[in-house]
Amino acid sequence: MQLIPCPWCGPREEVEFHYGGQAHVAYPAESAALSDEEWAKFVFFRDNPRGPFAERWSHAAGCRRWFNAVRDTRSYELLAVYRPDQERPVTT
Amino acid sequence: MTTGNPPARPGADLPDHPSFLWRNPDPATSYDVVVVGGGGHGLATAYYLAMVHGITNVAVLEKGWLAGGNMARNTTIIRSNYLWDESSGIYEHALKLWEGLEDELGYPILFDQRGVLNLAHSLQDVRDSVRRVNANRLNGIDAEWLDADGVKEVCPIINVSPDVRYPVLGATYQPRAGIAKHDYVAWGFASVADRLGVDLIQNCEVTGIETAGGRVTGVNTTRGRIAAGKVALCASGHSSELAAMAGIELPVQSHPLQALVSELLEPVHPTVVMSNAVHVYVSQAHKGELVMGAGIDSYNGYGQRGSFHIIERQMSASLELFPIFARAHVLRTWAGIVDVSPDASPIIGLTPVDGLYLNCGWGTGGFKATPGVGDCFAHTIANDKPHPYNEPFTLERFTTGALVDEHGAAAVAH
Repeated sequence: MQLIPCPWCGPREEVEFHYGGQAHVAYPAESAALSDEEWAKFVFFRDNPRGPFAERWSHAAGCRRWFNAVRDTRSYELLAVYRPDQERPVTT
Repeated sequence: MTTGNPPARPGADLPDHPSFLWRNPDPATSYDVVVVGGGGHGLATAYYLAMVHGITNVAVLEKGWLAGGNMARNTTIIRSNYLWDESSGIYEHALKLWEGLEDELGYPILFDQRGVLNLAHSLQDVRDSVRRVNANRLNGIDAEWLDADGVKEVCPIINVSPDVRYPVLGATYQPRAGIAKHDYVAWGFASVADRLGVDLIQNCEVTGIETAGGRVTGVNTTRGRIAAGKVALCASGHSSELAAMAGIELPVQSHPLQALVSELLEPVHPTVVMSNAVHVYVSQAHKGELVMGAGIDSYNGYGQRGSFHIIERQMSASLELFPIFARAHVLRTWAGIVDVSPDASPIIGLTPVDGLYLNCGWGTGGFKATPGVGDCFAHTIANDKPHPYNEPFTLERFTTGALVDEHGAAAVAH
């Protein structure tokens, strides 16, 4: 089973984690001013890259904290994990 | 000294190689329609373009080998018992086409209407299921609600004891549902399309989509540029990447969906059983393997393999339902990459680029729709206008809010 390195707890088995989809999707600043197209983009459209992807994970059966990871969606290799308040790190 | 007759060529006593089902042509420089993706949907689309609309200057471009993606990886379940009128339209259209497909293609596809049970394990499941049965019947689709004894009668090997974690309280039953042999379906569509003049081009990956003045003009491929009057995308899990080549964003996410087969067993399982709550669906293939599918892996992925714990969960669910499977050995496990849409319904139709057509978002349930979507998508391409059956499934519905929420009937949690 794949081990996911929780930034707080260290490497733990994949079953302990809950997936949260794309990271760094900010709630619209002026939500009242959004058009239907812009709402659709915010609610339904997410990146779907074949390659490195910054995404959210929660250590649901562990410390229960959220964190971000950059993971390659081809190999499933975790290239970086970082706290939600940090910028996406540069990965090669 | 004589050595007698020279030894015979090895294999000379074997029958000739059967004739090939299709040519293996090099791409021409231009086509009226280029279909991207040589799986079931792409091949069916090409077949109906040629057969129904007389459009035969068509190429199907496949980056690997024909029907080697999700068409080779699905669990071949065919049914039409979806909740909403929009879904009933296209899935029931497909099921009616399945019923005549073997004769139409003149090719055996082993379509077997052995019925499907969708199990209910909780009071809410029961209410949802009864509602879906009623909706199906109003749409002219065969559907019955069975209690646990009724389930046992249709499928004697199922455990309906109340002493399990998720007892079977009943099931919806669609007798006209069933399975087909996925490879034969692809080969049937491919061979007839080829005979009608369609070029089926393998090992040809699309690397770019050319547009000029808001209209598609061709595709760049690993085998050169191909000009096209119209381009139709049928690439399931890779649709996001392809559409991005034309500057179109899609509301789909690509996930691994796993399946497995057991070794060959005597016929023990007479129907198809699906459970949304415990995440397993099981049938027995004609040859004798138990074919089992699970829910999708939670994370996005393109690796055509999934996490082992999903398989463990699926096996424990199936063992609780079918104690008789306890001694069966797993033969193979694999995954396909499915493009999951926000409302568990497909996206089929026109795009903001003229002459570019979209068929994606089928998630875990594309196989059952193969002839139906082929027919409707070909109609959409030929007439530059959606067929009435795929009119509700536009890309615009995510802006207008007219979603077709089939999470309940999709039978696999998305």
